[in-house]
Amino acid sequence: MRRSRFPMLMTMGVLIFFYLPILMLVIYSFNASRFGGQWMGFTFAWYEQLLHHYEIWSSLEKTLIIALTATAVSIVMGTLAAFALHQYKGWLQNVHFALVYAPLVVPEVLMGMSLLLFFVSIGMKLGLFTIFLAHVMFCISYVTMVVLSRLQDFDFGLIEAAQDLGASRWEATRRVLLPLLMPGIAAGGLLAFTLSIDDFVISFFVAGPGSTTLPIRIYSMIKHGSPTLINALSTILLLVTFVLVWLSQRLTEERHR
Amino acid sequence: MNRMRQNKIDEWLVTSPSLIWLLVFFLVPTIIVFIIAFKPADPYGGFGTGWTLDNFRAFENTNFPLMLWRTIWLSLVTTMICIFLSVPTAYQLTRISPRWRKLLLLMIVIPFWTSFLVRIFAWKTILHPEGLIKKILVFLNLASPETSLLYSSGAVLLVMVYTFLPFSILPIYAAAEKFDFRLLEAARDLGARSLQAFFRIFIPNISRGILTAVLMVFIPALGSYVIPDIIGGPDSEMLGNKIAQRTFVDRNLPQASWLSAVLILALLIPMILNLYLRSRRLGKHSLLKEGR
Repeated sequence: MRRSRFPMLMTMGVLIFFYLPILMLVIYSFNASRFGGQWMGFTFAWYEQLLHHYEIWSSLEKTLIIALTATAVSIVMGTLAAFALHQYKGWLQNVHFALVYAPLVVPEVLMGMSLLLFFVSIGMKLGLFTIFLAHVMFCISYVTMVVLSRLQDFDFGLIEAAQDLGASRWEATRRVLLPLLMPGIAAGGLLAFTLSIDDFVISFFVAGPGSTTLPIRIYSMIKHGSPTLINALSTILLLVTFVLVWLSQRLTEERHR
Repeated sequence: MNRMRQNKIDEWLVTSPSLIWLLVFFLVPTIIVFIIAFKPADPYGGFGTGWTLDNFRAFENTNFPLMLWRTIWLSLVTTMICIFLSVPTAYQLTRISPRWRKLLLLMIVIPFWTSFLVRIFAWKTILHPEGLIKKILVFLNLASPETSLLYSSGAVLLVMVYTFLPFSILPIYAAAEKFDFRLLEAARDLGARSLQAFFRIFIPNISRGILTAVLMVFIPALGSYVIPDIIGGPDSEMLGNKIAQRTFVDRNLPQASWLSAVLILALLIPMILNLYLRSRRLGKHSLLKEGR
């Protein structure tokens, strides 16, 4: 049987398309030329400059504070939400699911805009706290979806077994269900953490004076700053991302053992 | 009876944290958009008291229909290109060994995890007048040294495809993975040519995945803001840009609300169409496919 080579070539094309820009960015970050384009020799100069760029480090600190707190809160709420959606049926859970699902599809610019209007109309001061509130909102949805998909694979016979052996419902949940669900919860948390660190659009809308997070800083650097510094910063961020993806991959594999 | 009540209380206890959070920070703000659209702007960047239809004036500007049309066609073309690239890729992914498949899937997912701004910036570097692609094109005599690749609708289209492609590959792959490939062989045994079998058996069977992919690309594409902002120029502005401009440059929140309301209405069209298509499919194939 003759098989067309077209899908194979297309797949390779797509992968090259995905990675070529990223690869170029990494290469340029070691380029001594100030404006990219020509290769002028290998250098670490941009990374050294980055080290002394105080503003970037202070933005990173803010980003991490928001990401850690938003992840922590959304892990708790998202896991509870997944339990509720899995355990109960009826109108309440239909409404609940629609609300959890909506932030996954609605464009960020709309969520940013509507949150800004909301905070302005209730007279809340814009800043790190409003960014935190917004991040928890969309992180809940992602954590819920990841945990819910794990719950659907979960063998609830184990809970019944624990209860038959004398465990109370709470004990069975805490000592059997939660530990077995941990990789899923961690994977959801990791996704929430990454999305929070990366979020630009929503943060930009609800940020106030003194709440310049790293993506907002990068955005203004892209608009006005030195491209070489962004190359170096991007390379570091890419490296961090690869580590995070690897970690989350390890967490998913746990399930198949 | 008591147990049922206890059960109801339990349900509310586990449901309410996320429910309340999403009601307050998602649903209420979305409704507020439609209210603020009818409020007058005040010079301090907030909104005044009373009601007005003045904000509707933004639509009298001749640029507005043009910009709206551009937003829609850029999103449509992006969606079509993404689907065109995703179907063969998804097909290929199901045809290779599990080891390779896992690796390739991971490679497709990684761009989703990497910083959105970083990826857009990478394209800005490449499309830059001093960048790689321009140099190759000039070298091949395909472009004159004066042509600008950046700041055009074509560049916006390219980067939109780049950004949204993983969102269309994954749902189509998920559908293709469930496809019974013996059906293709059967079709060929019955005399169908490969391409014919592909279009008449494979495509209809993964149509649900394609529909999901269309939504996953088209909806965020309609709301694009950062891509046209960084890669595009004045003639490639989209609805998302205008919303941001009214908010950050003109400080006119009511007009930004109007534009947001238009965007929400624009999003409802593909969503309702999707529901309609799904319910129709459900009716037609209910005995064959959904009878699980």
